[in-house]
Amino acid sequence: MSFDFSPIFDRWPMLLSGALMTMLLATAATALGFVIGTLCAVGRNSSYRAASAICAVYVETIRNTPFLVQIFLIFFGLSTLGFTLGAVTVAILALTINVGAYTGEIMRAGFNSVHSGQWEAAECLGLSRLQTYWHVVLFPAVERVYPSLTSQFILLMLASSITSQISVPELTGNANFIQGVSFRPLETYLVIGVIYFALSVVMRQAFNGIGMLIFPRRRRLGTAL
Amino acid sequence: MVSSFGTIHIQFLLEGAVWTIILSACAFIGGGVMGLIIALMRISPVWTVRTFAAAYIQLVQGIPLLVLMFTGFFGLPAIGVPVSPLMAATISMTVWVGAYLGEFWRGSLEAVPKSQWEAAECLALSRAQRMFKVIIPQAVRNATPGTVGFMVQIIKNTSLASAVSFVDLTRAGQLINNSIFEPFITFVAVAVIYFLLCFPLSVLSRRLERRMARGMAKA
Amino acid sequence: MNNATENKPVIVLRDVEKSFGQVKVLHGVSFEVQRGQVTVLIGRSGSGKSTALRCIDRLETVNAGYIEVCGHVVTDPALELRKLRLDVGIVFQSYNLFPHLTIGQNIMLAPRSVKNLPKTETVELARACLEQVGLGDKFDAYPEQLSGGQQQRAAIARSLAMQPKVMLFDEVTSALDPELTGEVLKVIERLAAGGMTMVIVTHEMNFARRIADQLVFMHQGKIWEKGPGAILDAPQTPELQRFAAQEL
Repeated sequence: MSFDFSPIFDRWPMLLSGALMTMLLATAATALGFVIGTLCAVGRNSSYRAASAICAVYVETIRNTPFLVQIFLIFFGLSTLGFTLGAVTVAILALTINVGAYTGEIMRAGFNSVHSGQWEAAECLGLSRLQTYWHVVLFPAVERVYPSLTSQFILLMLASSITSQISVPELTGNANFIQGVSFRPLETYLVIGVIYFALSVVMRQAFNGIGMLIFPRRRRLGTAL
Repeated sequence: MVSSFGTIHIQFLLEGAVWTIILSACAFIGGGVMGLIIALMRISPVWTVRTFAAAYIQLVQGIPLLVLMFTGFFGLPAIGVPVSPLMAATISMTVWVGAYLGEFWRGSLEAVPKSQWEAAECLALSRAQRMFKVIIPQAVRNATPGTVGFMVQIIKNTSLASAVSFVDLTRAGQLINNSIFEPFITFVAVAVIYFLLCFPLSVLSRRLERRMARGMAKA
Repeated sequence: MNNATENKPVIVLRDVEKSFGQVKVLHGVSFEVQRGQVTVLIGRSGSGKSTALRCIDRLETVNAGYIEVCGHVVTDPALELRKLRLDVGIVFQSYNLFPHLTIGQNIMLAPRSVKNLPKTETVELARACLEQVGLGDKFDAYPEQLSGGQQQRAAIARSLAMQPKVMLFDEVTSALDPELTGEVLKVIERLAAGGMTMVIVTHEMNFARRIADQLVFMHQGKIWEKGPGAILDAPQTPELQRFAAQEL
């Protein structure tokens, strides 16, 4: 048997648009998921029983069921309820809900890693609990868990391939199309495997650089904190 | 006339769940063996072996499992190796699990104190004896909570085998939904079964982790 | 404010009891602090002096007894903590500056977000407070760029910026090298001279004797003696006698 990559490379615009869609999904869901996850971490640490219980149920439900089932439930479920959302919207929604739970756990670890003296000092200055989160605790917490957050982005980017199962035209979805018309499945999946790998390497480097920019302390001290 | 969700469907889902468990077990065994090999290669004294294992981990951790599944399912027949969906899924999961467990277990092996390595060396044990009699038994203790936690990832990720037409729990749910189109109840039922499989393992993993942390504090 | 409240003590502790689990750390502690007075709590580690101080700012809740600060009944469960904290400033052993903010931002944070003062006003306020502690040139520095003594002075400035009526100091020099304690103590002495009402927990005996209007000696959760600095020279109880002999 011989390899023939030309039918795949000939469709490079599809690969490119797929890769862009993959990045869009990962970026949008990471950003939105960060907001949800942070709120969830605050909720879980809150003294309101109901808030912390709701957040715990959310986190456990998401973390103990497959993403594929979650996205089917949302995609088909919303349509029976009469909401007709595009596949891309549903994909971002499902990825956000999914990554929000994981980010919630990461942020909770981050919040809990901030020294109790910081909480006390803020409290004694008269800051409310939410003000303390916002002004005092959030930034150092993110700084501390930044490596976990960036790993989470990579995992999410890879997981976004699953949205191909509801026909989102991202990298894997477009690959499925290409292999269907080219009859070159092995070559197709090898190529997008390489593209995914390249994206993850590039993003890892990019996050290192971004980390140096937004966390000047890390840069000055030259340590991982 | 479309029938509504009933016991017959639940039974079908449970049959799918059995296949999910079978595939999970295959993936864990295959991936466990692969992971052990990779972990040992990662700490080999030979540079080429170490680097090869590191490259394997980096590569697999940069590729979606779904793409590995498709590669196994469509790719292996394309190079003349006919595979069943279960076979393709098992091979893909083995490759995938091997990379993650390999990297995780390497950390556990390296967490065994240096003094233990040296002591074993002084007893004139061969490298293999040192590893299997002294180091690995201690590393297993460190690695157990995380490994149990990773089993949850394995179970959840076997759902991707549905994409290569392996009739597991997720695929069973899709098939039911295709025939009766009651997605809410169908996929909620699917999710509940997954939850019942995964949640006990999550709890166990956390409990083991706490117990280990307490043990550390005492030591 | 009328004359009746003028003469009222600013801080009152009456029969305060406090336990951590089974361990009782405060056994009926009572003392008062008048306006402009400097009260210094002394005693060995574990004598309960830091706990007593923390109870004053409701960082610990007491099991029994009565505490009043600037008219706020601290022991009232319905107390609005925010109002108490507007009147009370506290400085900790470990500085607790916010590491991601510059010294200036550390100081401006509470005046801006708690008191809602406009930005320009808080900048001036922060600069004035930094001058007061001798750190006029450190407005844009980050905490980790300062020495321990400078960080502690910045923490004092941060508390001062809220213009509290009472300042509490919890072993503020214990984490510092001996050569750095002097600069911090000097700042506190200057505050005392300016008429600030203060409660200080410290191990620096010479400083305590010099600055205290009222010395309170604690041992095993009880107050054994209180009075002017001179009580150190003529202890009435064997406990203070032993303590004074060791520490002086």
